[in-house]
Amino acid sequence: MNGYLFALLGAFLTLAFMFELLRRRLLREKFAVLWISVSVVVIFFSAFPRLLYRLANLVGIATPLNLVFFMALLVLLVVSVQLSAEISSLEHEAQTLAEECALLRNRLERFEDGPVVEPPPVAGPGPPGRSPS
Amino acid sequence: MLSSGRGGWSGARGTFGSLAAMSARSDKRVLVVVPAWNEALSLPAVLREVSEHLPDVAVLVVNDGSHDQTSAVARSSGVQVLDLPFNIGVGGAMRAGFRYALAEGYGAVVQVDADGQHDPRDVPRLLENLAHADVVIGARFADQGGYAVRGPRRWAMRVLAGALSRLAHTRLTDTTSGFRAAGPRAIRLFAFHYPVEYLGDTVESLVIALRSGLVVGQVGVSMRQRSAGRPSQRPITAVIYLLRACLALGISLTRRRQLMVPSPEARP
Repeated sequence: MNGYLFALLGAFLTLAFMFELLRRRLLREKFAVLWISVSVVVIFFSAFPRLLYRLANLVGIATPLNLVFFMALLVLLVVSVQLSAEISSLEHEAQTLAEECALLRNRLERFEDGPVVEPPPVAGPGPPGRSPS
Repeated sequence: MLSSGRGGWSGARGTFGSLAAMSARSDKRVLVVVPAWNEALSLPAVLREVSEHLPDVAVLVVNDGSHDQTSAVARSSGVQVLDLPFNIGVGGAMRAGFRYALAEGYGAVVQVDADGQHDPRDVPRLLENLAHADVVIGARFADQGGYAVRGPRRWAMRVLAGALSRLAHTRLTDTTSGFRAAGPRAIRLFAFHYPVEYLGDTVESLVIALRSGLVVGQVGVSMRQRSAGRPSQRPITAVIYLLRACLALGISLTRRRQLMVPSPEARP
């Protein structure tokens, strides 16, 4: 079997898989975009392998395969950084929710003891996950 | 010790009269926030002491996802309790406290740790100094008390104190102290921007305050041994502590000065 054909097949399978995940709403677009673009790039280079040789030559890498490995490494790095950033923002949101939850519980308890006439709890300005703090 | 240059505030304990005058005005009500994580053993003594020495202030215990009886102990003392559903650290507990203070209209927040390290008798002096500053730190090395730290941990504290003193334009000797008072402007800032990371709650919150144009001062306080539990003093811990603190400081210094104190009218 031709190696390029194999890569082409793998890329098409990945593309179909991503599409199916998106269709079933198991994956949000912002995570799928990267994988879809990886598949597209792989398809492109499998279809036109000469371009890969030219590109490797251009950046000074003797073995085109090493260029592929390097790019794969880079993509994986970007993905894990993206996931870390998403986790950070989720943690921030969870913490804010925990605080609001505690404040509301406290307020509810005081209402059950007797009505209070005080202003409602304060909500943050805008989405807190995007704030730099 | 608000500013060593002017040198007004030294060790003498303040009178309690000024605190009473402060809390008499409705916008100057004082809230003592006690962040507590598994402190059921030491909490009752702390709460007893606070109510004994500071009869006029409201007390809020923020139970930071404890696995022990912290919440029940606090409730049996008749103070307000915030129960966080899981542990999010001192910073998160304090931010919840600041949000509570903002929503209920308190004019000052004093953080007192639940391990009995902080002496409630120093609180009136912290509050007095809020007249000149937005954040007043109860500093452990300033004048009083036999609180000694040695080795890398001391160097770490020195480095942090030096950097933050320069930023604050006043001498700060103990930037990692959790014993601190916050005025109305600081409450409005901290209710929205309070660092939750480890060490962020002390060092980074000062940077945020200074960057937002708030005034930070300090008062010398005596620090006591913990009534329960042991502090971690191993050298390797201290080195990690130093590195993390410098990272927290460095990162927060490179941020843009965009944090603004929301005006009182901005409240929804």
